[in-house]
Parts: sequence; C-alpha cells; structure tokens
Amino acid sequence: MSRFGNIGHRLFTGELSFDFVGRRKLWVALSGVIVLAAILGLSLRGLNLGIEFKGGEIYTISKPGVTVSQAQDVANKITGDNSSVVQSSSSSSGKQITIQISAAENVTTEKAITEITSQLGVPANQVSTQMIGASWGQDISKKALYGIIAFMVLVTLYLAVAFEWRLAVGALVALLHDMVITVGVYALLGFTVTSGTVIGFLTVLGYSLYDTVVVFDGLKDATKKLGTQSRLNYSDAANQSLNSTLVRSINTTILALLPVAALLFIGGGLLGAGTLNDISLALFVGLSAGAYSSICVATPMVAWLKEKQPENIALAKKVRQRRAAEAKAAAEGVVLDQADRAGQDDEAAEGNVPVSSGSGAGGSTGPRRQPVNRSRNDRRAPGKRK
Amino acid sequence: MGLILAVAVALVAIMFATGNTTPRLGVDLAGGTTVTLKAVAPKNNPGAVNSTSMNEAVSILQQRVNGMGVSEATVQTEGSDTIVVTIPKGNNTQQIENEVGTTAKLYFRPVLAEAPSGVTVTSSASASASASGTASASASASTQANAPSGSASASPSATKTQGDAVTGDLTKATATASASATAKASTTPAATGTAAAAAAASSSAAAAASLTTGTVPADLTTQFANLDCSKAAQRVDHQTDTTKDAVACSSDASAGYYIKYALGPVAVPGTDISSASAGISTQNGGWQVNLNFTSSGGSKFTTVTTALAKNTTPANQFAIVLDGKVQSAPSVSSAITGGQAQITGSFTQEEATSLANVLSYGALPLDFSKQDVTTVSPELGSSQLTAGLVSGAIGLALVILYSLLYYRGLGLVAIAGLAVSAVLTYAIMCLLGATIGFALNLPAVCGAIVAIGITADSFVVYFERIRDELRHGSSLRPAVQRAWPKARRTILVADFVSFLAAAVLYFFTVGKVQGFAFTLGLTTLLDVVVIFLFTKPLITLLARRKFFAEGHPMSGLDPKRLGVRPPLRGGRRPAETKEA
Repeated sequence: MSRFGNIGHRLFTGELSFDFVGRRKLWVALSGVIVLAAILGLSLRGLNLGIEFKGGEIYTISKPGVTVSQAQDVANKITGDNSSVVQSSSSSSGKQITIQISAAENVTTEKAITEITSQLGVPANQVSTQMIGASWGQDISKKALYGIIAFMVLVTLYLAVAFEWRLAVGALVALLHDMVITVGVYALLGFTVTSGTVIGFLTVLGYSLYDTVVVFDGLKDATKKLGTQSRLNYSDAANQSLNSTLVRSINTTILALLPVAALLFIGGGLLGAGTLNDISLALFVGLSAGAYSSICVATPMVAWLKEKQPENIALAKKVRQRRAAEAKAAAEGVVLDQADRAGQDDEAAEGNVPVSSGSGAGGSTGPRRQPVNRSRNDRRAPGKRK
Repeated sequence: MGLILAVAVALVAIMFATGNTTPRLGVDLAGGTTVTLKAVAPKNNPGAVNSTSMNEAVSILQQRVNGMGVSEATVQTEGSDTIVVTIPKGNNTQQIENEVGTTAKLYFRPVLAEAPSGVTVTSSASASASASGTASASASASTQANAPSGSASASPSATKTQGDAVTGDLTKATATASASATAKASTTPAATGTAAAAAAASSSAAAAASLTTGTVPADLTTQFANLDCSKAAQRVDHQTDTTKDAVACSSDASAGYYIKYALGPVAVPGTDISSASAGISTQNGGWQVNLNFTSSGGSKFTTVTTALAKNTTPANQFAIVLDGKVQSAPSVSSAITGGQAQITGSFTQEEATSLANVLSYGALPLDFSKQDVTTVSPELGSSQLTAGLVSGAIGLALVILYSLLYYRGLGLVAIAGLAVSAVLTYAIMCLLGATIGFALNLPAVCGAIVAIGITADSFVVYFERIRDELRHGSSLRPAVQRAWPKARRTILVADFVSFLAAAVLYFFTVGKVQGFAFTLGLTTLLDVVVIFLFTKPLITLLARRKFFAEGHPMSGLDPKRLGVRPPLRGGRRPAETKEA
C-alpha cells in the first residue's frame, strides 16, 4: 500500500515517469494494428446482428428439465425447417432456453406459444415472448447514429470553446478510436449485437470523453505558463502532466471497471446472456479502450498538433539549445548543472523533467534523483503560488 | 452539507409519506408486456405525425386499454413518433396486443365493382346455390338482413359460403352479375347453379379478372387489375383520400379466396359512429358488432342506403372498410333508417369485442407499426432484477473495498458520498415513478451501476488534487481549500460531457436506451450536487480533525505514505529557505 502511494508520489514529481508522449510511433503502430484488425474484422466478418435487427420472435422458457434438443425439435416443428436458433443459459432460477424465430418464417405468436406449451409442457404464462418488427433494429440504429453525430458535434464545439480546437481534435480522434475498437471486437469475436450493445456502445462515448476531458484538464493546467521557461517543450510538459494524473486515470478506470465487471461476470453469470451482459460487455471493451486512448492517443495527438504551433516550435528550439548547453555542462561536470538548476524558478518546473526528455536527458535527470534537491524544490513551489 | 442532508431526509420523508417506497419497476423486471408502436406518416401527408396527433392517439389508446379492464396499464409517448403501451402481468396480453395496434379507420363506401382475387376457377365447383332461402329482406335496420343477393352466389365456392348466407360476405363471390342481380329470392337455386357452373366452366382458363362484376371506374382500372389480394403484401390500405374512389381487399378469405373491390368515395366515416358493442347475431348466432350512428351519421346512412337500394348487384352493396380492408359488404335492398347497423363476419367473441371497443373509442389519427412486443414472465423478471441488484451490490462493494484500500480514511468520505448519492437516487426514482411514471428497467439499473464509477471518479479527482497539494508540502487545511477550485473545474467539465452524452441519448433514442440515459443523466447531476454540497464540506470539516490534519497513517493523507518529507508539523509548513 505504502509502496503504491509512493509510486503516486514518484509519478507526481517526475522521479518515476513513463514517456507516453515521446513514444508516439509506438502508439500509432499499436493503435494502427488494433484499428486495422477491427476494420478488417468489420469488413470481412461483419457484425453478428441479433434478431432485434432482423425482426422476429424470441421465446424464453425457464423450466427445469427442458433440454436444448427438445426445444430445437419444437422450434423446427413450428417453422417447418431448422432455421430457428435455440440457446440455453443458466440463471439463478434454473436453466433458461431461448428460441429465436426469424420474422421471415411467418409464424404467428399464438401458434408458436401453443406448440411450445403443448410440446414442452410449459404453462403459457411462463413463456416470455418478444416480437420485434423488422424495422426496429434499423430504427434504433438510425436513432443511435443521429445521437452519435449530434453528440460529436456538440462535444467538439464544447471542447473547442472550453479548451481549444486542437484538444477537441485529439478528443475526437480518441473517441473514434474507441468506437472502432469496440465495434471491431464485436465483429472479430462474433458477439451478437443487440439493443443492449447499442446502449453500452453509446455510453462508451460519454465515458471515453469523460476520461479524456479529465486528462486534458490537467494538460491545460500544466501547459498554461509554458512560454515563460525554457526547460520543457510542449511534449515534455504534456507528458509530465499525464504522469502526474496517471494515478487518477488508473484509479478512475479501476473504479469504473469494477461495477461494469461485476455486471459482466456476476450479472451475466447469474442470468446468462441478456441485456446486462450485452451492455456491460460493450462498456468493458469501450472503457478499457477509452482509458488507453485518453493517455496514449488523445494526448500524443494534441502534443503533435501543438508542436506545430509557432510559439511551441520556438519553445522546442529554446529547449534544445538549453539541453545542448546542459549536456555540454554535464560533460564538464555536474556542478554547473546544479547551479543552473537552482536559478530555475519557473512555475512549470515544479516537477521534474521526464527521464526521457530528449538526448540531454541523462544530464538533466542525474542530479534530480537526489532527494535533497527534489524536496527543496517541491517545498518552494507552493510558496510561490500563494 | 446540512442542506443536502436536509434535502435527502425530506425526499425520504416524502417517499414514505406518499407510500412510494419502491421504484416503479419496468416490465422486464416485474413481468408484463410492452408494445412499442411507431407512427407511420401517410405518403401524401408527411407532416401528419406531430404532437397533436400523437397525443390524440395516446388518449385513444388509453381509453381502449382501459376499456378492456386492464389495470395499471400505461400509454406513453417516447420521442416524437413512438408510443409505448405497458401492460402489467396478469392481463390478456394477446388481446391487448392485437387491439392497441389497430388503427380502426372505419369507412362505409359504396361498392362499384368486385372480383375474386388470385383464384383459378375450376369447373369442378359444384354450384348448388341453395342459399337463397335466407335472403328474405328483413325490415329491420340490420345490414346483413338486407343481403338477398346471397341467392346469386353461384360461384365455385358457393357451397362454402352457405353457412354464412346471412352475412354480407356472401355477396363476395358473385360469379354472374346478371344472375344475381335479377335472381333475388325468387331465383331457383338449380337454375342459378347451372348457369354459374356453365359460366365457370366456360371461363375456367380465364383469369379471375373475367369474374369482375360491376363497373370499375376509369381511374382505378389499372390499379384494380393489378391488385392481387392473395398476396399479403398487397392486402394493405390503398385508400388515399376519403373523397376519391379506392380499391380494397377483403379482410379474410372465408370464401376460400380473397375478394378485391373497387369502391366509391366514403359515404359515412367511422367517426359518425356514436357507440359500438359486441353481440350475438339473432340471425345465425354468430358474433357481430352492433353500431349506433350519431344523428348526422344516421341520416347519411339513410341517404346512401336509399341510393344503393336502387342499384343492381354488386353496386347495391356498401363495403365496411376497416383499416383499408373490407370487413363485410352487405347489399341493400331498401333504405336503412334508424341509425343502426351491424357488422357481421366470422368473428370470435374476442374479435367482436375488440372491434367494438376499438370503434367506440374512435380511430387512431395515425397508422402505427408494431416495433417491438415484449412479454416477460414474472419469473424471468424477478431473476433479472435479482441479477441486477446482486451485481450492483457486488460492484459497489468492490468500489468501496478499493476506496478503503487506496484512500483509507478518505475512502470513508467517498463511501459516505456514495451513500448520500444512492439515497438521493433511490428516493428520486421512487418519486418519479409516482409522478411522471418513470419505470426502472434493466438498462436503468445498468445505468445506475455504471454511475457508481462516475460518482467515485469525482472523489478520486478531488482526493488526488488534495494529495498533490500535500505533495507540494502544504498542510491539510490549506491543501483542501487550494485543491478545491482545480478539482471543481475538472469535475464540472467532465460531468458536463457525461451529462451531454446522457441528454443526447435521451432525446435521440427510445425505449430501453432512454431509461438508461435518464438514469445516467440523473446520477451525473446528483454527482455534482453531492460533491459540492456534501463531500467538499465534509472534507473541510474533517480537515480540522486531528486524525486527518496530522496525517494519521490510516487517514489516507499520511505525508510519509504520500512520499512527502519532512513530515508536517502542526499543520505548519517549514519556513521557506532558499539554498544555493
């Protein structure tokens, strides 16, 4: 536990730092492979759309002793062929059997229920039925699509106003990334897409952005006064901010995933396949993708865009010059570096330079690992803020 | 803090005072049936689906459902074009399901021409048309009694329609116009039968079109010729304008095949019916629907029957067109006065009752297509509820465990916040169930469980900010104050995005998704309320306690554990010293 807390502190001070922003190529490659796989899966395998999207009837029987093959026999009798899908799932109140009959079979509900009750000996009031019009799935997907578009437009506008357009682009790219991955997982693993999936998928939108926005908020804070110093370029500052909010990101993701996992594994385990399972599965995939994308996609994307800004190009140049000088100084001895550092009182330098901040990193991190140095610096900073 | 606790207590008090101590459960948790209907705008009037017509439809559906004696059924609009009818368990869902979707647009139109549709005439038809016996025109206003043309139905299926001789259906299969027109009750069955048989035999190879009787108006010729009522896809409402001629199919194939009709403009609209009831026919003991017209409807009916009685078959019939299908087409031998009429046909009691109920409460102003009909057995409902509650409880327990492990004393604050949030959510859900009919369904439970994460995250954001301040070397009380503005901004921005997502979902979707979005939006709002009015004041209070202020190892704010040194002394930060 205390070690865990220490990690938080070390991340905060920059003593321990993961270079998220600098490994842009790695993330591009990683995300590229995943997204490509998702797109390939989507185009080659397609989505396994549930009966809700095709129209038809679903009959759910919960009676112990009824086997899948018995139910399949009855279903075949009802339809006159073997087109119906019979599945079983275990639930707290015993086993459940669902029979799905496509709308194309033209079987009336009354006829099917009569067959089921007489053949399997299930009372009619214990058969749950769902009749879905063929347009239901299209309708809800269409509405969901409109919802997604409206949400994206609104959220992009909001982020552009609350932050700036580069951050809005970063958030949008991360969002699309999460959506493609979530849909791709469904295509690749062949999970059935139901209305529950659509709900879960839509929630991922909100949640993925929620996470990104919290990260961006820290980013905005950390890069506010970047222009007044010359030790960090934008990417360094972004990375530092990511690291200092990493504990929050991890905690949030864990706390968000815990209930979802409970829904997925316990709710699903108790009830078998159903709405709970469908929603939580989409959420589980989407939330995981969202946690990854807000750190490894959104922020590097923003840093890449920001580095193209003239003032940040100038800053990066200044930082390079300074690091070159530092490296030279380091080669001559650390004393110079320390003296140099003591004079550095920038707000943005509260923490420390990430380990991997460029070629001059070795020179600049060496002395900062010394605890005396760090705590002195840390103590000074809040004093200045009063 | 006092405020929010007072609000929470007040809400719970209202909850108990009004007796709404449990949320209203949706059909998927309690068992029952939901029917989702989507309004379909007519092609020539795309603007017909508006809030006025939707509200009208809802009130008519409400009356229909109540008319069936269903308790606690709800009819609600969802989105701009969807109506959801929710029927609790223990009702005859099949009947309700059939009835709610029926538009019940009823028109009385004069028949201009008719023909069997999609039938191949065979000479084997035995045309023993002895049906004439029942065709004595009764003086009563009942429409079916004025169906003397039954005698003429020397069609190939005449034997089949025998049983229904008194019903209007009988006239469907008139094979020879002249025969039936002149025959009336006096025709000898044998003669007609022979004639028909001969006619049928001679034209056995001919298409059904040759069996057309009456005059098809010029503007309908093509449409009438192309109409094939044996195809289900074509048995739809072809009426476009009540003032124009139209084609229609018979509602059933009781004669062994469907009959297509060319019909004149609407003579009497269904809105002129003042009441309708189901009853047993005095003629044949079958179920029928008795209609009473309003005074204007009655006079219109008299006018049209007077005119029709002068015509010859088939133009002496009027068709009762329900939702674009000809329910029956009795012929008229004399003017019908008295403002009453019957619809007969091969009704079961249930069908007759449904139709009467539907006609009594009026036609829906729009056509509806059934999107989704879900019946959940109470067993399945309760097991879904259990699964939702159990997984929610376990999810909550995991969150609490993690908060305690990671944040120690602060974790207790998080738990208290979650508890307040949970109480508020529960109370509001209970009260909304009673006031606006909010029903907690499975996706809504899901939304509430997911919201645990969002609520917990606000605590994480604030706690991490406080810890950041502590890491800067600040003591607890100033840290709590200084962390707040930053945390507040982050929480507001993030919750705004989450709320935006919920709002967009709510407005763009229907049904299940809406329930989910509603819960998510509600809990996001409550999250803001709780963190502002509860968590923040609570932490400010606790920061004065020795346990937290001195960073007790179990408080979650132990500077040593946070990696800050030197340890804080009495909440005072060591004097700033600048070393070189």
